[in-house]
Amino acid sequence: MPKEYIPILLFLLVAISVPVLGLLAGKVIRPGGFFFRASRNPAKLTPYECGVDTEGNARDRYGVRFYIISILFVVFDVETVFLFPWAIIYNKLALFGLIEMLIFLGFLIIGYIYVWQKGALEWV
Amino acid sequence: MENILSGWVGALVVIPLIKIAIIVVGITLIVLAMNWIERKAIAHMQIRLGPMRVGWHGLLQPVADAIKFLLKEDVIPERADRWVFILAPAVALIPAFIVYSVIPFGPGKTFIVTDINIGILFLIAVSSVGILGIVLGGWASNSKYPLLGALRSSAQMISYEVAMGFAIIPVLMAVQSLSLVRIVEAQKELGWWFVFLAPVGTLSFFLYFFCGVAETNRLPFDLPEAETELVAGFHTEYSGFRFSLWVLAEYANMITVSSLATLMFWGGWLRPFPNVSALSFLDVIPGLVWFLLKMSAFLFLYIWFRATFPRFRFDQLMRLGWKVFLPLGIVNTMAAGVILLYWPGK
Repeated sequence: MPKEYIPILLFLLVAISVPVLGLLAGKVIRPGGFFFRASRNPAKLTPYECGVDTEGNARDRYGVRFYIISILFVVFDVETVFLFPWAIIYNKLALFGLIEMLIFLGFLIIGYIYVWQKGALEWV
Repeated sequence: MENILSGWVGALVVIPLIKIAIIVVGITLIVLAMNWIERKAIAHMQIRLGPMRVGWHGLLQPVADAIKFLLKEDVIPERADRWVFILAPAVALIPAFIVYSVIPFGPGKTFIVTDINIGILFLIAVSSVGILGIVLGGWASNSKYPLLGALRSSAQMISYEVAMGFAIIPVLMAVQSLSLVRIVEAQKELGWWFVFLAPVGTLSFFLYFFCGVAETNRLPFDLPEAETELVAGFHTEYSGFRFSLWVLAEYANMITVSSLATLMFWGGWLRPFPNVSALSFLDVIPGLVWFLLKMSAFLFLYIWFRATFPRFRFDQLMRLGWKVFLPLGIVNTMAAGVILLYWPGK
């Protein structure tokens, strides 16, 4: 059975070679590569900030909402992953499967309503 | 030669390698073609001409751009996290390519690299890795716009990933398999494409496609790259060929989403009404062509969206994902469960 995965491994190798070969080809012909010199200029190497001098550091604080969203994602995405095997044998489970799923989704919906009520889904 | 192709090595190494080469070249060509069509179509929708100078009606413009990307200097900002900065576009691009190993482009074993029995699960899992590339790229740039772009992008992509999972589950329930080949065959046995199985199939399709558009960061959901507020989002600091890797990854993902929408909801390589024999003259068009036609239609829809819809605000985007698409997906899954058990005549 695992031998079906050998072509995927091959594809991985080919996919890795695409950026590697492209960047190598670029290095041959572009300035700053193997052969051609690039102009040196300290301003060129600063982070872009609309043309003015860079202020401060980008490693700064940002909204806690991004963390909340990522935690919610973990919860809900794991729930969907649980539903995948259930969906695959749905015909065998029949009514039992349907009731089990409704209970499972019921818990999910209770959690979802809680999250909504808590305002975790509000952005502003 | 015959020995090489018929043996174990031939079946698992040589023939897949040939297919892989065709796919990689094909994807690149589709990306180049789509680049041209996108600029031309949007230009004409806005009563402009678009690229006109390079080749007939600017036909060689994407090729010229590709060469230009190769020739451009590759600037790595001084403060950037050098290795992560270099790795990030590859982390985005490689999964975008690998997923094509399980996509069947036509009937039979000829048009698929490998038909693994967990096809769609593999596809979803691998394509999610691309998000990491965007986060890494935005963070490694050590610049404010890329950081904000990457944060927005990851938040948006994971939000819509959840709804997308719920959009796929009804299809799996109807097919009882994770193999993409089986999904299309089930539509042939049924005689209908799943998108016509209203209300569940239709709703699933719309959920899937809109989530797909959101996941690929395209308009109207292109907030990570909102040029009026974030310059170019997570790839602001990227230049030259490294920038074109980002573009390639984005377009490859768009092709994946279009392919998956075609396979799961629009019958893949099947002709319309696959079981109506009166239409069997349509079989002269090979399955591969049907597949590519349907896929191209979705790619054009992407372009059309871009020319038509204004961009969402970020709070609107999150509200749509969490408060509209997610509950719709849950209800849809429940409805699928009930309908599949109690549909009359099943």
